[in-house]
Amino acid sequence: MTRSSFMTRKELIGFLILAAVIFLLLPAMLDSFRLNLFGKYLTYAFVAVGLALCWGAGGILSLGQGVFFGLGGYCMAMFLKLEASTPENTAIQSTPGIPDFMDWNQLTELPVWWQPFYSLPLALLAVLAVPVVFAFIIGFAMFTRRVGGVYFAIITQAFAAILTILIIGQQGYTGGVNGITDLRTLLGWDIRTDEAKTTLYFVNGVLLFAVLLIAQYVRKSKLGRLLIAMRDQEDRVRFSGYNVANFKIFIFCLGAAFAGIGGAMFTLQVGFMSPTLVGIVPSIEMVIFCAVGGRLSILGAVYGALLVNWAKTSFSEAFPELWLLGLGGLFIAVVMFFPNGLAGVWSEQIEPRLTKLSKRSDTATPKRAAERAPAE
Amino acid sequence: MSEQMIIEVEDLTVSFDGFKAVDALNLYFEKNACHVIIGPNGAGKTTVLDLICGRTKATGGSVKFKNKELLSMREDQIVLAGVGRKFQTPSVYEDLTVSENLELSYPKGHSVFGALIFRRDDPVQTRIQEIAETIFLEDLLDEKAAFLSHGQKQWLEIGMLLIQDPELLMLDEPVAGMSVAERKKTAELLNRIIQDRSVIVIEHDMGFVADIATRVTVLHQGKTLSEGSMERVQNDPKVVEVYLGH
Repeated sequence: MTRSSFMTRKELIGFLILAAVIFLLLPAMLDSFRLNLFGKYLTYAFVAVGLALCWGAGGILSLGQGVFFGLGGYCMAMFLKLEASTPENTAIQSTPGIPDFMDWNQLTELPVWWQPFYSLPLALLAVLAVPVVFAFIIGFAMFTRRVGGVYFAIITQAFAAILTILIIGQQGYTGGVNGITDLRTLLGWDIRTDEAKTTLYFVNGVLLFAVLLIAQYVRKSKLGRLLIAMRDQEDRVRFSGYNVANFKIFIFCLGAAFAGIGGAMFTLQVGFMSPTLVGIVPSIEMVIFCAVGGRLSILGAVYGALLVNWAKTSFSEAFPELWLLGLGGLFIAVVMFFPNGLAGVWSEQIEPRLTKLSKRSDTATPKRAAERAPAE
Repeated sequence: MSEQMIIEVEDLTVSFDGFKAVDALNLYFEKNACHVIIGPNGAGKTTVLDLICGRTKATGGSVKFKNKELLSMREDQIVLAGVGRKFQTPSVYEDLTVSENLELSYPKGHSVFGALIFRRDDPVQTRIQEIAETIFLEDLLDEKAAFLSHGQKQWLEIGMLLIQDPELLMLDEPVAGMSVAERKKTAELLNRIIQDRSVIVIEHDMGFVADIATRVTVLHQGKTLSEGSMERVQNDPKVVEVYLGH
């Protein structure tokens, strides 16, 4: 009965290695600035893990995950912005006590739908609920009409475009193209200091593991096997008595919730939220993180997000204009040569060799660790 | 009369862009009988099954299953009402193992929440084992379905239906593409499972039909051409002309 158990020994080792990387290796190796950067990368990992379930397992490709990332991030940013906009801080405005961009746009009163964001519990609830409700509406409209595959991907991409345009257009309510900036404190705790950033990095890591464990549970439940079955033979699942649309809506909403958490952690660690993180380009980048990591593997998705973003930062520091081309090339290379991404390279190339090595010598354990490092 | 009938098809019509694949068809299927539908290619045999199980939406008419109208129901609701369907080409989940394939068809945990908390407990385990023995796959439970032979995939799909325990079993060409040995085994398997169950089978192999059918319907161009016992149908001059004659 090992198959239906929560985690095999091999998977447990994978989880422990990732935990070591996130909680020990990276904090020990990096200075506070770089660690914060990796914290930012890890917020994308939330989205990539959701995509590994939706796309990898369920075959539902969403090119609009930036929408949910953005919604989660904006919900968090709205709370932080209200906290930063005390009457004392904003005394020079014509209407003190409202966010600065509202004042610049001649708003004299806080809009009603901003009011709940004075409360941290409500804001945290919104971080999860707003993306999920959006995903539910999109999913319900699409999946009950049996829209799938490429059509679904294009429609989600359209949503990403629409939300970006909406945010930019409604400058007075959303901060427009600049986004919501100048965020300072969380319940009086200054989030801009190095110590705060390091703390947030660890909070982020813990949340990511919570999400990974939920994803692992779903993957190992019957629902996880149903997702794979739906990907291969949707009709057969339907004629085994399942309402396929409900399962698709569920997994799409779960992916949206993960993305929302990622977005909120992004806002906290980076200190702003803007429409550039919502649109089509970031949404497609998120799919690439997942593809590079190996779309069937939730742990691979995390490594994919880390690796691609790290490459992006290093690469675009040297050749800013070339990055998008490089990213495109990377995506094509992965699809053509490593369809199962890093996780596939690991399980098809490295692992068999390691097993061979460990059979040959008894001192296999240190070698294993040494070989693992470059793969990360 | 509807007391003994499991399915009553009345005035059933479906047209694809004006072409009537099934044309004002009336069919009655008795309870606990094995009803075989034969007919030349394009006669509308598969379409009739598609209409009953909700895969194709009818243009008009009515299909009643135990006096319940099926045409307004969703596919999964029809399945849960007790209608199981096997497709012509084997549709199994290739990325999953034989036992996982059977597990997904086990009639429990069909809601999202139910699937999340579903446990493969002893009754499930026993039932999977039982079915696997019936369909000759008890040694391949942990094999991925992708590695099964064509015939084994057909058996697996039949097993997936059996574990659902439907009142009505619809099989679309269950022995097509099988070797002689597999065919014999399948006939034996079907003969065993059609006992005390209502079955509708589409088949071309006349020897196989004679072996299992209690009643035969010949379809031609979306209409019933002839109906009755195998003997009667085989001697019907109309049937010999359009179907058996070649």
